[in-house]
Amino acid sequence: MAITIRIPTALRKLAGGLDKVSADAGTVREVIAALGVSHPALAAQLLDEAGNLRSFVNLYANEDSIKELNGLDTPLKSGDDLSIVPAIAGG
Amino acid sequence: MSDFKTLIAKVKSTITEVSVEAAKAELGGSIFLDVREPSETADGHVKGALLIPRGLLELRVEDRITDKARPIVAYCAGGNRSAFAAASLRELGYTNVTSMIGGFAAWKQAGLDFAVPVTLTAEQSVRYSRHLLMPEVGEAGQIKLMQSKVLLLGAGGLGSPSAYYLAAAGVGTLGIIDSDVVDRSNLQRQIIHNESRIGMPKVESAAKTIAELNPDVKVKAYNTRLTAENVLEIFSDYDVIVDGGDNFPTRYLVNDACVHLGKPNVTGSVFRFEGQITVIQPGVGPCYRCLYPEPPPPEFAPSCQEAGVLGVLPGTMGLLQATEVIKLLLGLGSPLVGRLMLYDALEQKFRELKIRRDPGCKMCGDHATFTGFTEYEQFCRLEPAT
Repeated sequence: MAITIRIPTALRKLAGGLDKVSADAGTVREVIAALGVSHPALAAQLLDEAGNLRSFVNLYANEDSIKELNGLDTPLKSGDDLSIVPAIAGG
Repeated sequence: MSDFKTLIAKVKSTITEVSVEAAKAELGGSIFLDVREPSETADGHVKGALLIPRGLLELRVEDRITDKARPIVAYCAGGNRSAFAAASLRELGYTNVTSMIGGFAAWKQAGLDFAVPVTLTAEQSVRYSRHLLMPEVGEAGQIKLMQSKVLLLGAGGLGSPSAYYLAAAGVGTLGIIDSDVVDRSNLQRQIIHNESRIGMPKVESAAKTIAELNPDVKVKAYNTRLTAENVLEIFSDYDVIVDGGDNFPTRYLVNDACVHLGKPNVTGSVFRFEGQITVIQPGVGPCYRCLYPEPPPPEFAPSCQEAGVLGVLPGTMGLLQATEVIKLLLGLGSPLVGRLMLYDALEQKFRELKIRRDPGCKMCGDHATFTGFTEYEQFCRLEPAT
């Protein structure tokens, strides 16, 4: 069940410079757990200590925010995209 | 053979004339038809009057006044041309036409209200001709732009192209707030400044460039930082806010103030090769906090004005912002409300993601109550925390 995780330029440094990585997972939570093993610094950017999505990051499963779906329990299937969309402030 | 005096006397004997006082009582009920030339009506006319010059009256009036029983008060400058007009209208079948004695001169002399129409000068008609050619903008739209007030947060990477094009488009008042001075490292992207302005306050430099581009535009320069103390006073004057700031604390302050005041906020941001833009229209769509409830703490903040950015990227994003501003001012098209547009310069790809209003949002949620502004710590980091 390969999910493609899209990494924005702001966070690529935390993923060895990669713009996407893949993970075998059935839910968003499982994707982040897999990232916690392969790219722990990136995973730490997504969830706070209590395991909640950080207030300055959004995750989009394909075109929809996981907040509008089932949050971290949103199911994913092979071929789905999970995009990390962090707040950026540069002007 | 007749002379003018005889002719006008004859014409007046066949029509009904009314005094200015009697005409005034007709305001709101009758159609006031101004038959003077455009050069005369440009200095003022009865409020709400229909303007058709005497020479074009017979050609145009039936398109403009279809109900021939509608009461019409025709007037000109002194009462003669409108007498001829009234006679002609009766010939065309209009049954309830009067001519105002003394014309607009008498109206003004009686101290009655009149409107001075906003019109484009000959130079403006040329300058904005490519706008005027499009019915979606036209003269009314151009005048609307000229009467609009837009505030730009930052005269930097995003603010430079936005302000430049909004000035070219003829937006009448541009407020620009920035407390920085021009630095040589800005010139790779901040196109409103130039080499000779290094060391000059950015707002002053931007005002100079705009004055050279378009003297129609009034620039209000705020050489200061936006704070919880000054934000409401500064914002209250403007129709649209354009957030091109370079830090999180200001972005949240701008969002919160716009939601509080109900002002649209066209917010854009850039980082390296990527940009984000959305339009926040309070009461219509989500706000910035619905998307990102709280800013990152300094150790997680990925950007500040010193973080790298591809110089052309803020050009692309700033112009998308300017486009949204023009659309909002003219009420055209579909604004980017509830839509976050992401731009990836390396892939040359745009993506659009849906944003929904969060009923639990601290600023615009169902139970949100305004208790003052939250001011976040200003910080600046070069790289994301690792």
